[in-house]
Amino acid sequence: MSKEKNINTNKEVVEKEYSTLNLGPTHPATHGIFQNVLKMDGEIIMDSESTVGYIHRAFEKLAERRPYYQITPITDRLNYCSSPINNMGWHMTVEKLLGIEIPKRVQYMRIIIMELARISDHVICNSVIGVDTGAMTGFLYIFQMRERIYDIYEELCGARLTTNIGRIGGLERDFSSKAWDLLEKFLIDFPPALKEFENLLMRNRIFMDRTIGCGGISAERALNYSFSGPNLRAAGVDYDVRVMNPYCSYEEFDFIIPVGTNGDTYDRFMVRQQEMWESVKIIHQAISKIKKEPAGVFHADVPEFYLPPKEEVYNNMEALIYHFKIVMGETEIPKGEVYHAVEGGNGEVGYYLISDGGRTPYRLHMRRPCFIYYQAYAEMIRGGMLSDAILTMSSMNVIAGELDA
Amino acid sequence: MELNSMDKQALLTAVESKLKAQFGEGFISSKLNVDFPEFTVKRDLICEVVKFLYDDEELAFQYLTTMATIHYPDNQGHEFALMYQLHNLPNNLRIRIKIFFSNSDVNVPSITSVFSAANWMERQEFDFFGIIFRGHPNLKRILNMDEMNYHPMRKEYALEDGTREDKDDQMFGR
Repeated sequence: MSKEKNINTNKEVVEKEYSTLNLGPTHPATHGIFQNVLKMDGEIIMDSESTVGYIHRAFEKLAERRPYYQITPITDRLNYCSSPINNMGWHMTVEKLLGIEIPKRVQYMRIIIMELARISDHVICNSVIGVDTGAMTGFLYIFQMRERIYDIYEELCGARLTTNIGRIGGLERDFSSKAWDLLEKFLIDFPPALKEFENLLMRNRIFMDRTIGCGGISAERALNYSFSGPNLRAAGVDYDVRVMNPYCSYEEFDFIIPVGTNGDTYDRFMVRQQEMWESVKIIHQAISKIKKEPAGVFHADVPEFYLPPKEEVYNNMEALIYHFKIVMGETEIPKGEVYHAVEGGNGEVGYYLISDGGRTPYRLHMRRPCFIYYQAYAEMIRGGMLSDAILTMSSMNVIAGELDA
Repeated sequence: MELNSMDKQALLTAVESKLKAQFGEGFISSKLNVDFPEFTVKRDLICEVVKFLYDDEELAFQYLTTMATIHYPDNQGHEFALMYQLHNLPNNLRIRIKIFFSNSDVNVPSITSVFSAANWMERQEFDFFGIIFRGHPNLKRILNMDEMNYHPMRKEYALEDGTREDKDDQMFGR
């Protein structure tokens, strides 16, 4: 069909008109509250404008009024599909500011938690790509595995979604024997389930036709847009914070960084898929490393920052003093300026923290990968079909909580 | 000389000498932080500095990690600081560039011509601090609603409702 004229009219040339389509803010296919005002030529997207901020909750402002330990629950609500990674990132930022050395065992325990979170994040994203291509089965099937991860969280910290897991200086409690059991069972059941999920989609002709070449971005553009995480790796750049700036002893672990070539939906799917296998590998290594460490250690010995056990607070003078000082925010916090980044489910989750010695941060800025890479969305869907735009969004794993902070 | 991500002092010296040679008076100071070197430059040169660091073959800071404004209301004449964090991915070099400017003139050159990623980052700083980025293609509010008539992250806006009398900040506030 000619792009310039309406060929159904045989008399005179008809002026071309574009139609405007509101995709969102509450559209079932956008998986969150995003608005995109699309300029459409039939089913082709000519231009689009993204409006964000529908669930903005002023985290950076809130953080300026809260003691350090009260900021952890705020970080939960950034990328709520992988809250533990955000929590750990925040703890590590504060530990960097305070100069706390974390025992190896705690670091490995944190790695287990973070890799579980990565799996749950990628499971959601990849199964939703399946749903958007019309394959509901994989989504419902693999979701029971995410449920199992949430059961482990529940055993570790009592919460499932907004976990508030860990404390500044370590974890709030040791892994219980039930938690170890759940983890062990999960590691037995997850690989076959993931394999089956993979068989459903990975070499499925319909899925491949639908996703290959859909919403691609080149490595140059991705870097210019400061992409990070699986979306950048799908474009072929092997930037992973865990490898480049290791934290939590990631340098001791043996895993690969999967990279794609085209940066399209299929590559993003494949990168996430492979990362889950790598996460399983990392968890196995962490478990065997923990066995070599002294048992029962779950936090650093920093009484001025780490709350003492309750029974000691009532019977022990020092514990009572520390408890009081921490809760009332009377702890000495050094002045300083630190940036710490972790590899979140979506990319580099960074905290830029400025302390002036007060009980709350003077300024806390969060680098939210979603916010940064979502601005490329308009460029990525331009010239494509509307249905491809939906797929592109779900494969970029845009999480409203992180986008809007 | 190959710059190493571990040797922060060498990185500081290398960047400082290049910036001094290129911009002379435009370079103000440098210091070594706990994590990365930090450089302060003149506000009006920020786009040129970022472009220079982007194009320089040895330094090649071609990844903009993040950007943040800091408000120091008591710092007379330099009430605002804007921090740019740059990353050289192949060699894993990271630096911070800072500019300071006064409350009365909040115009800053936009770096969107160098980094597309700066587009929303700058809109965010405009939204929350009211920094005007000259040369930005679409400078409007991003996370807050368009009708808002102030810039909420500035320190003069207290988080809690200022009219409340039942909350005493003496013990528990900042």
